[in-house]
Amino acid sequence: MSNDLFIGIDVGASSTKAAVLDRDEYLIGHAVLRSGTDFEGTAAASLAEALAMAGMSGRDGFRCVSTGYGRKNVPFREDTKTEISCHAKGCYKEFPEAITIIDIGGQDNKVIKLDVKGRRLNFKMNRKCAAGTGAFLEEMAMRLAVPLEEMDGLARSAEHMVELGSYCTVFSGTEVLEKIRQGVEAPDLVKGIFLSMIRRVLEMDSLSGRVVMTGGVVAHNPYLVDMVRDIIGHEVLVPEHPQLTGAIGAALFAAAGEDQPHSS
Amino acid sequence: MSQTSNEAPRKSIAASKVCKKIMADHFYEMDEAARTGSPKIAWCTSVGPAELLRGMGFLVYFPENHGAMLGATRMSTELIPYANAIGYSPDICSYLTCDVGSYLQKKTPLTKAYNIESVPRPDVLVFNTNQCRDVQDWFAWYAREFDVPLVGVHTHRDIGRIRDYQIKDIAKQHEDLVPLLEEVTGERLDMDRLKEAVEFSRRTSVLWRACLESAAAVPSPWTFFDASIHMGPAVVARGTREGVSYYEDHLLPELEQRVKEGVAAVEGEKHRIYWEGMPIWGKLRPLAEQFASLKTCVVASTYCNSWIFDLLDPADPFESMARAYTELFIVRDEVYKEDYIRRCLELFKFNGIVFHDAKTCPNNSNNRYGMPERLSKALGIPTLTINGDLCDLRCYSEEQAKTNIEAFIEQLEE
Repeated sequence: MSNDLFIGIDVGASSTKAAVLDRDEYLIGHAVLRSGTDFEGTAAASLAEALAMAGMSGRDGFRCVSTGYGRKNVPFREDTKTEISCHAKGCYKEFPEAITIIDIGGQDNKVIKLDVKGRRLNFKMNRKCAAGTGAFLEEMAMRLAVPLEEMDGLARSAEHMVELGSYCTVFSGTEVLEKIRQGVEAPDLVKGIFLSMIRRVLEMDSLSGRVVMTGGVVAHNPYLVDMVRDIIGHEVLVPEHPQLTGAIGAALFAAAGEDQPHSS
Repeated sequence: MSQTSNEAPRKSIAASKVCKKIMADHFYEMDEAARTGSPKIAWCTSVGPAELLRGMGFLVYFPENHGAMLGATRMSTELIPYANAIGYSPDICSYLTCDVGSYLQKKTPLTKAYNIESVPRPDVLVFNTNQCRDVQDWFAWYAREFDVPLVGVHTHRDIGRIRDYQIKDIAKQHEDLVPLLEEVTGERLDMDRLKEAVEFSRRTSVLWRACLESAAAVPSPWTFFDASIHMGPAVVARGTREGVSYYEDHLLPELEQRVKEGVAAVEGEKHRIYWEGMPIWGKLRPLAEQFASLKTCVVASTYCNSWIFDLLDPADPFESMARAYTELFIVRDEVYKEDYIRRCLELFKFNGIVFHDAKTCPNNSNNRYGMPERLSKALGIPTLTINGDLCDLRCYSEEQAKTNIEAFIEQLEE
């Protein structure tokens, strides 16, 4: 039996992403759900939603590769790949050139370098420290009592830059409280928080080739991309679906391995 | 469903039984001496000067070995905070902090393993700072606690080409230890006994090197994780007949037989890795299983190689001890270290290097001054750095390390 669809499921720390590709590797369905505590259930729900978007139902005739922290919690997978490989694959599909990928996720950051043929040269993940990750942003939004979805707009409206010097999330929180006490405006603080995140990511590795930014944090806070562009002085590429890059990469691995046994 | 198994079969090494007995005998002998007061007990850093102490009739106890046991049994993470609470920072050596915490809480893995209540009381503490300065502070804590003498050798660091003045200095520092040690034992140094200890140590080193170099075979007959366990006698029984016998009569013949028969430690070995840095003692088994499930053999390490002292020479004990302890990787400069790993690549033919950045062990974390990037470029192989610690599992994110390792092997397969 041949596979008609290729599925990628990216079970991340914050959200679970599903991507459905057709035989020509076009994205025909996708979904993003909060990962919650039931990874298996969320993976199944995200698949159902993505299949519905693609106008499909049932589970026959597809091949699935899972990725992300919960990659082993996807019962209908044929194979697993790490999110590093999947982000690389997903990005290179859209930008087939030598690139440095900066992925800002809910709990971790990745910097992945690919050569012109898409081969991985190296990769780095942040240390277990939350600085620079989505978790840092969530913590700071909570400190400022600002809804997460308003952070990007606030940063854009900032008139001044605020420097947060600390590496540690807790110390940064204390710095934010100190700035609030000094009467610094919320937009300026949010821009300072964005700058702190960017610095934590850029210090992970040097950049080579063109820079591509991905991840849920980037998808919901595109001003981060503008700030990175201004800091590095070069254009920054963003895929059409920055939050789905890992899931799309996983689906591409599923397509590449379609001659192998499948689970239907 | 083609899932990756995390339960790859582990090939047990038959010599393990003998290894365990040597380790047990070491602690029973120590416990007996502590209770009877004879022979005298010297606590010693793992990288010397054990030969001098054995040559002077001491039983030699190695706190670092106890630290590794605390780590391997995962007691360390629970005990470290007790040392932190009395002023020993969580950022300093976790061997030190878990060992002091163990003493404060009167909890030791020796109890479960050997029914021994506590570590043996020292009559003297002797350090060599070639590992780090922390060993001196570690032993100083016990010197105050037990009110016993503390003496040591202060090493040179960042050594490129070894100079005569460095050897003369280290040899003289060893000689200067003798009068105080004679006071503790009440006996004069017996040069014949010292020469015998040096010779046993040299032979142990030569044999240990041969065991480690058996991993040059493809497939490798054993892994870094196996060697981390089987180096026990090279540490605690160095300078004794039993140490020589373990490697000569048991471990080396078994490894040679495996090589002859083409027995692979990792079934279907596809990738070969060099481990740079300390073991993560509390995670040896899961790491061994993960690498095995990825058909990857960690064939060699700087860590296990650090107990090769084949420059020891009974004809000139003091100068040769100085040479052996100055030749060590850990006290050398970056140029030497990088050349050393290059030579290891030629011998062991690995495809990548994993650097373990141990939070509390800067001296054994060689990733911190750009070495992975330089080596990757010079050797044409990828490197990976994982963050962790030798004993403090609060510094280790297992899931993140696993993902990094898996992604690294995926990179090797591209």
